[in-house]
Amino acid sequence: MTKNCHNDYKMKFSRDDEYPDLTQHNNHMAKVLSKEIYDKLRSKSTPSGFTVDDVIQTGVDNPGHPFIMTVGCVAGDEESYEVFKDLLDPIISDRHGGYKPTDKHKTDLNFENLKGGDDLDPNYVLSSRVRTGRSIKGFTLPPHNSRGERRAIQNLSIEALASLEGEFKGKYYPLDGMTDAEQEQLIADHFLFDKPVSPLLTCAGMARDWPDARGIWHNDNKTFLVWVNEEDHLRVISMQKGGNMKEVFRRFCVGLQKIEEIFKKHNHGFMWNEHLGYILTCPSNLGTGLRGGVHVKLPKLSTHAKFEEILTRLRLQKRGTGGVDTASVGGVFDISNADRLGSSEVDQVQLVVDGVKLMVEMEKKLEKGESIDGMIPAQK
Amino acid sequence: MASSFTRLISKRNTAVLLAGLGAGTAGFLLSENSSLAAEAKKKLYPPSSDYPDLRKHNNCMASALTPAIYAKLRDKVTPNNWTLDQCIQTGVDNPGHPFIKTVGCVAGDEESYEVFAELFDLIIKDRHNGYDPRVMKHPTDLDASKITHGMFDENYVLSSRVRTGRSIRGLSLPPACSRAERREVERVVVTALAGLKGDLAGHYYSLGDMTEKEQQQLIDDHFLFDKPVSPLLTCAFMARDWPDARGIWHNNDKTFLIWVNEEDHTRVISMEKGGNMKRVFERFCNGLKQVEHLIQERGWEFMWNERLGYVLTCPSNLGTGLRAGVHVRLPKLSKDPRFSKILDNLRLQKRGTGGVDTAATGDTFDISNLDRLGKSEVELVQLLVDGVNYLIECEKRLEKGQEIKIPSPIVQFRK
Repeated sequence: MTKNCHNDYKMKFSRDDEYPDLTQHNNHMAKVLSKEIYDKLRSKSTPSGFTVDDVIQTGVDNPGHPFIMTVGCVAGDEESYEVFKDLLDPIISDRHGGYKPTDKHKTDLNFENLKGGDDLDPNYVLSSRVRTGRSIKGFTLPPHNSRGERRAIQNLSIEALASLEGEFKGKYYPLDGMTDAEQEQLIADHFLFDKPVSPLLTCAGMARDWPDARGIWHNDNKTFLVWVNEEDHLRVISMQKGGNMKEVFRRFCVGLQKIEEIFKKHNHGFMWNEHLGYILTCPSNLGTGLRGGVHVKLPKLSTHAKFEEILTRLRLQKRGTGGVDTASVGGVFDISNADRLGSSEVDQVQLVVDGVKLMVEMEKKLEKGESIDGMIPAQK
Repeated sequence: MASSFTRLISKRNTAVLLAGLGAGTAGFLLSENSSLAAEAKKKLYPPSSDYPDLRKHNNCMASALTPAIYAKLRDKVTPNNWTLDQCIQTGVDNPGHPFIKTVGCVAGDEESYEVFAELFDLIIKDRHNGYDPRVMKHPTDLDASKITHGMFDENYVLSSRVRTGRSIRGLSLPPACSRAERREVERVVVTALAGLKGDLAGHYYSLGDMTEKEQQQLIDDHFLFDKPVSPLLTCAFMARDWPDARGIWHNNDKTFLIWVNEEDHTRVISMEKGGNMKRVFERFCNGLKQVEHLIQERGWEFMWNERLGYVLTCPSNLGTGLRAGVHVRLPKLSKDPRFSKILDNLRLQKRGTGGVDTAATGDTFDISNLDRLGKSEVELVQLLVDGVNYLIECEKRLEKGQEIKIPSPIVQFRK
């Protein structure tokens, strides 16, 4: 619980002596953290003992990449976003398209508001998926929580998930305790998560005590999946083969709402507020925490000169089929929404549905040797 | 420079002195100053809810840490606010290996060894052949003139090396130190080293600022250390803020080398090609004494006490922190089935020529002393000298087709 909590002692050293060397760094934290802001925040600590040095450690340890701008900081608890506003608000604004401290975030998990999404061409769209994260009120977050807290989160989650029925009936597999056969199956299903190796996560303290109180729950149909105690308290995933994003999103919304009800009954609802939406460990996942995406075949479009521009205008992002920081294989890309904060779940999934539909049409045009110049969309 | 810190360290030195005398070893409890949230949390999460799952673990910490000890120590903090959970994190995160028993625990500051003595004393006993810090005293002896037969046959011994570590009293250790503390360690050490003269005169290379050319030279000289990748170290928070305030100092002759802020505040290394271990040890002792004198001139000192000798980050390096070793060719002996037993009895350890956890290439081995605590530097280096001479003797005898004997085991505190 008390990680790096020798703040009173550190205050005896000068600001300049404690201020990190960020001259080689390229991440959001390094851009924002001036000596003045550091000075203002270094004497503070959240009620659970998280300090500004804890917030920024991952960004100090990982200078970043000239082309990819990582966030470079994490929250240790719900209060971090309040206590360290002077640092986190500008980072949030930078990362989330100018989102202001006075802005309000809209939450909309009403799947009926989604138009279309049930007709993406399965010859191109191989699979559809929506994920988000949820943090449970009353517990500190993965960078900071103790073993006791993490286990309490696991127990609460197991209880909540065990009460689900119908299409959501399923089973929990603790990471430490699954059989070899179960592990093989989870790997084959692409469900298993492993101990983080990325220094972005390990330097933030998220792999401590692995695999204690970590696990995977999924429904019998293998279309709804929950990760417990990985980078967030919960990661919730709805997925299926093919292009029926509407169905994926329906299951996502219904499942999430059922789970939330159960946690609320235990007086441990989800962390949420009207400014930041759902509170998660990484500031990049605030708002909806939602990444809705497809694996789609776009061999011609992906080599077109305007591909990146099209994605930007559609507010979409591409990744390889291994997820973040992987390369595409065989012209198949993971295409998903780029935004998280400032627009609702419905808005974001709508962008994916509309955008992917358009890109598939472009692909077909290119296959026929025709031009797509007339189809380039305006900036959304 | 010391003046801004003497106010700080005098208070901590007192605590250390008191603790060393057996007083106040209860440490500092999370006190009345704790926020309401911290107090409520302690009630909500009794020690049993936080006790780590160590069922798959094989390290000294896991062997020693019972739920009762954990319950007693969990809510204590050192004056610097370092906790038990922080000490043991590396051991929880690294279950270990069935054959290699790692320590699984680090100190965040000098006081850790006092405040968490109930755990550390058990680990020390386990790791250091039954040495009991509660009743025994560790001898320090850096008089290199006492070494005899310290010149090896260079047909067999390719190089000789002695290393140890030193911590600067009043500043937290690498797992716990803030950036300011780490920078202060660097300042104190580099200032002192700038005062060395003659064959010890040298130059400091900051890891963050060195040129490509300097870097290449240091790699070629086998001097450069890199950011730790071993999870044993990274899980103990030792790679934070890399490469801030880390660097390498070496003398112009390239025979005396100091690492700053890697796994300890300083690692001090004396080395040469060839078999003149006596001279290597002389330079080692001489250099150490001069550095100590130079830091004392400015009001600093090394962490040391009678129970534990020199205080370092890892309990395995307490006492002398000394590893004296050679790269030695033993083509015949290394293939003899009695090799391991001979090493064992001589209290020697073999490693590959890449250092710890590497395999030997060909017939050349890194042979060094196993022990660190309970015997003085002179005793350990003499043990190494006698042992290596014995191994070379065996090798020569095997070359001539003569018989060799397993030597009697050297006396320990317990077997």
